[in-house]
Amino acid sequence: MAKFLYLEDGTQFTGTAFGAPGVGVGELVFNTSMVGYQEALTDPSYADQLLTFTYPLIGTYGVDPRRDQGPRAVCQAAIVHTLENEPGPTGETLAQFLTTQGVPGIAGIDTRALTKHIRTCATMKALLLDAPLTASFDSTYAALHSQRHKWPTPVAATMKAPHATHHVVVLDFGAKAGIEAQLLAHGCDVTVVAPQCSLAAIVALQPDGLLLSNGPGDPTDYAACLPLIRALQARYPLAGICLGHQLLALANGAQTQPMKFGHRGINHPVTLLDSGRTIITSQNHGYTVMPSSLAGTDLVVTAVEGNDGTIEGLALRHLPAFSVQFHPEAQPGPEDATGFFTRFNQLMQEKVTRYA
Amino acid sequence: MPKNLSIHKILVIGSGPIVIGQAAEFDYSGSQACLSLREEGYTVVLVNSNPATIMTDAEIADQVYLEPLTVPALTKIIAAERPDALLPTLGGQTGLNLAVALDQAGVLDTYNVQLLGTGLATIEQAEDREAFKQLMTTLGQPIPASLTVHQLDDALTFAATVGYPVIVRPAYTLGGSGGGIATTPAELREIGARGLSLSPVTECLIEQSIAGFKEIEFEVMRDATGTAIAVCCMENVDPVGIHTGDSIVVAPSQTLDDATYQRLRTASLAIVGELDIRGGCNVQLAQSPDTDQYYVIEVNPRVSRSSALASKATGYPIAKIAAKIAVGLSLAEIQNPVTKTTFAAFEPTLDYVVVKLPRLPFDKFTTAEPTLGTQMKATGEVMGIGTTFDEALLKAIASLESTPSLQTTLLPAVECHDAALVDALTHPTDQRLFHLFSALHQGWTSDQLAAVTQISPFFLHHFARLWAALQALHHTPCTAPAVEAAKQAGFSNEMIAAAMDCALDDVAALAPAPVYKMVDTCAGEFASATPYFYSTHFPGENESVPLGHSVLVIGSGPIRIGQGVEFDYTTVHCVQALQAAGYHAIIVNNNPETVSTDFSVSDKLYFEPLTVEHVLAIIALEQPLGVIVQFGGQTAINLSAALVAHGVKLLGTELAGIAQTEDRHAFEALLAELAIAQPAGATATDLATAQAIAPTIGYPVMVRPSYVLGGRAMAVVDSPTALAEYVQKAIDAAPHQPILIDHAVQGIECEVDLLSDGHQVFIPGIMEHVEGAGIHSGDSIAVYPPQHLTTVQQQAIIATATKIGLAVHAQGMMNVQFIVADRLYVIDVNPRASRTVPFMSKVTGRPLAQLATHLLLGARLADLGLPVGCPPAPARVAVKAPVFSFGKLPGLPTALAPEMKSTGETIGIAATFAAALDKALTDSYHLTRPQTGQTVLLDPTAAQDRELVTGLTAAGLQVATTPLAQQTPWAVINTAAHQTSRDPLNYWALSHGVALLTARATALGVLAAWA
Repeated sequence: MAKFLYLEDGTQFTGTAFGAPGVGVGELVFNTSMVGYQEALTDPSYADQLLTFTYPLIGTYGVDPRRDQGPRAVCQAAIVHTLENEPGPTGETLAQFLTTQGVPGIAGIDTRALTKHIRTCATMKALLLDAPLTASFDSTYAALHSQRHKWPTPVAATMKAPHATHHVVVLDFGAKAGIEAQLLAHGCDVTVVAPQCSLAAIVALQPDGLLLSNGPGDPTDYAACLPLIRALQARYPLAGICLGHQLLALANGAQTQPMKFGHRGINHPVTLLDSGRTIITSQNHGYTVMPSSLAGTDLVVTAVEGNDGTIEGLALRHLPAFSVQFHPEAQPGPEDATGFFTRFNQLMQEKVTRYA
Repeated sequence: MPKNLSIHKILVIGSGPIVIGQAAEFDYSGSQACLSLREEGYTVVLVNSNPATIMTDAEIADQVYLEPLTVPALTKIIAAERPDALLPTLGGQTGLNLAVALDQAGVLDTYNVQLLGTGLATIEQAEDREAFKQLMTTLGQPIPASLTVHQLDDALTFAATVGYPVIVRPAYTLGGSGGGIATTPAELREIGARGLSLSPVTECLIEQSIAGFKEIEFEVMRDATGTAIAVCCMENVDPVGIHTGDSIVVAPSQTLDDATYQRLRTASLAIVGELDIRGGCNVQLAQSPDTDQYYVIEVNPRVSRSSALASKATGYPIAKIAAKIAVGLSLAEIQNPVTKTTFAAFEPTLDYVVVKLPRLPFDKFTTAEPTLGTQMKATGEVMGIGTTFDEALLKAIASLESTPSLQTTLLPAVECHDAALVDALTHPTDQRLFHLFSALHQGWTSDQLAAVTQISPFFLHHFARLWAALQALHHTPCTAPAVEAAKQAGFSNEMIAAAMDCALDDVAALAPAPVYKMVDTCAGEFASATPYFYSTHFPGENESVPLGHSVLVIGSGPIRIGQGVEFDYTTVHCVQALQAAGYHAIIVNNNPETVSTDFSVSDKLYFEPLTVEHVLAIIALEQPLGVIVQFGGQTAINLSAALVAHGVKLLGTELAGIAQTEDRHAFEALLAELAIAQPAGATATDLATAQAIAPTIGYPVMVRPSYVLGGRAMAVVDSPTALAEYVQKAIDAAPHQPILIDHAVQGIECEVDLLSDGHQVFIPGIMEHVEGAGIHSGDSIAVYPPQHLTTVQQQAIIATATKIGLAVHAQGMMNVQFIVADRLYVIDVNPRASRTVPFMSKVTGRPLAQLATHLLLGARLADLGLPVGCPPAPARVAVKAPVFSFGKLPGLPTALAPEMKSTGETIGIAATFAAALDKALTDSYHLTRPQTGQTVLLDPTAAQDRELVTGLTAAGLQVATTPLAQQTPWAVINTAAHQTSRDPLNYWALSHGVALLTARATALGVLAAWA
């Protein structure tokens, strides 16, 4: 069955449908990872986005329920060159999984040409349809965009680590499962709360530290959360990942800006300014903290991207708060950056020691 | 980190002659690294005894020494050059071993030479089995349990502890032979006893079996700051057990999910971190197909065949970057030469699939043992790039230059059935892939194949679908949509035509043009200008913009016995000359090991199969001014007729001239017309004719098929029975082609390369062969200038070669082979650059392939400052000696014969013939001048050879027929007509590292020169 991909600038592609029937509406982005398609498709940060894979064979090892990064796949569509129908350990193929998850897909696309188009013309709006577009792109987009699924509000939940030394409250903007898994693996009990949660409610949880999670969209849309973040950083060791990193910056007076086509892949070099070492990181972001906006704030840059020099790490000079633009929890991606969680543990330990 | 400014001059050791397991990949990485060091401002001194290499060109290093790779030779060079540093990790195992030996001999200390890159302690830790075991244990990295045993009881006790099955690996046996997998104590008793008795040191390694695990390789780079990256992850289609050099390898990995991939990547980085690697490193791992369990198999702390493959697969130049790391630069500050906008500290990401297939020699040597195991047997490899696995696989198959029917039907010449098929599938040979298709042909399911082969279902599912798609074509009419669909599925025009049973031209006419995509290391994320392209029939955007004012150079494909790295050398030189002459030079080739497929060598590289279809598609897009076939060996020459038929303009000797030398009848007529003698001969296309002809010509006769390479299926026979046997082989090797039957003239064999502008002929020099006619020129020791020819004879050779060159209107290069006997006979003419071009170029100081390229472009000899005829030879004498890989190929016939067997060559240059032989034989036969009282071990045939025995005795040698305890003989000489590397005497020589001479002419010639 044919499937139709329309871009905001009039570019169009026709391919073969797979996954769930129906439409995809949102921002068109590309991811350059050669492994980890399932983790990407279930990453909540891809909400409202149509996800293009640059690697041509997607589905080569099926799907494994243990690899999901969110409660369900929330991206708008999967765009692939060639769909592979290899079953995973439970027998499930990628196409079956996306059908169950309600995510439509299109195969048979020259994804390299599409990627180069995004690279050249920047991230843009796109529609994935079951039938050729009959009305204008803008009107169709507006109508379908208003009907799209909204990211569900997280339900507060606590997970216990064996022999936990700390208790971390995660402000969940769309947290990947990998973050919780890493915290648990680093000996932290984890309580997930919605970002709308009150300071009092968080204090009542008696956390040792706060973590601002990743999540979809433009960080400036989360202005309402900034006072809470400022209150939390004054009380607790605080760490931020991806959107959480951008929100820490905004909360402390810096500004963010959209990138031309973002960083989405698992091969991004990040130079850690303290050691001079470069690590390879997993990334998924379309906004970045503006270096010029740091002047006069309490923020200091701790890491930069190796290729374009964008800010990859920040810390507060006077408070135990730090953040990274990349994904130290990986899943998918290299495990080079797990030092992030060790550092977070150290800050929580220092705080405990100081007030002991 | 800034680069090391305390050093200025760096010594680089090459890998020496090409042998199986250490081949052209080291020319590629060595050249790249030397240029990289010079780019940083260092003076580079290079030592290598292999003349057929780009790395020994004057442009690559400041000072090039074509000297033996020995401690004394290197010590002399170090004393003269006084380098500040030595980079030991570029010359394969040879370079590493020599660096270790120089260190142990105190030479490095004496001359204050520091070692760059990965340290020797690290190298020892990675290479010493026990030290490696210890390190992995410390790191908590799992390795298969193993124990070295000298008695069967220890093996049984160990196996009882770790559980069956266990692998038995006898130490120091030929090709790792004599081992096996034991699944019960009874089997272990049998295999263990056999292994212990076969091992010259009565030693076996008993190893816990991980059969059925996936074999995964990571190519890793690390710098002095501790930054480490994984450049490429490659997955072997064959599970562990087959050497990765003989395996079908795919990049990137296909069947590893992210968690598994990252677990193995993290392990690889942890290992290189602990080893403190400064440069490139290869880590081989085994991954359970069912659980998270993995094992570390092996670590190679240097550039390797795998790193060359990874460089070509990703576009990331590992050796170039490794050299920069060695002088202190960090990955984060080295520019990515592909994008030029990003840095070397990142991990390449692919948006295509790469499949590597080994090129094995068993099509040529049908009696050698073709079973694949832990000892590498491939002489070369091909790589296919596509946007799907099937497309990449089929392009790799099309690149193999194997039996044409196999390449179109995917079926082996002889299909096995039932138990024989199971045996073929469980004991893989070079035919493994095709037996898989044969099984599918016989109705096997991929599940059944998985149970027998333990190949991952992903690959088997693809094979099965591919097979079904090919079968479906048999019932599909040849229409445009059908052909288009078949092309998108990855099939070649030949496969489609054969399956649809229609004309190749009809398919070609209906097939849409492919599009070309760039290899850019970053999947299109960043703008790149890499001139490195592959084709795909998946519809989409074509990224290759025609260069204009271009010339297309056809490469020589995979390295085979008979067509080696020499032809890559000539290809590269052709490109250099084209560029110097102001043309855009485009290369098409499919060999991932070599310099010619380094994208920085040409103005554009098409990594494509060397078939008419793929070459014509490139020509259709690029519209080059002309195509050059003279430098790509027989591979390129074989394409010439079809290309011309499609209206392609060949530069140089025209098709008529090529045919005049390649077609037997035309060639005979030509020689007759020119009054040039050739051995009496005739042609036959069947056995009866052959048997009628032979007696009239007179035995011994030389039989050979026309249009073949490296003397394939060529032999000297002296009886009707032997004739019948060989003629059948010749018919099998080249069906429907005439078989040539010539009188085998006895005399001195010589050859010349000639350069011509179509009007005049230049001959750089005459090479005389130590071995006479009847031994392939590639297996002969050659000397320049000739030592046993009179001036008159030399003048006759020059005049005759000139006459032939002018008669066929040669433009460019040509090679003529002679026998000097009662008169001068011409035995062969090759209308192309030959194997001896690099040797003669190095010796005469004239870049022959470059000069020939200028002639192809229309220059006259005078324009290039080339004299007419043959200039006087220099005072020095140069010797080219063959290098054999007999030890790697059990069962290979070892007697030197018309069929070429050597895999590489060395050079020796000195004031006298004897001294030049000293040098050349060091790295080839590993033969030194005989010392009085040394023994020489002879087989019965040699022992009865009066002339030989007299010569040996005169040289002070004591003749023996059985090995004497506590005595290393000077050499083993075996002159039996029928012998293989398995014969006990040869086996003994090869496993004890004793020089093995298998032609009396070699022994006599060498002794005479040394006398």
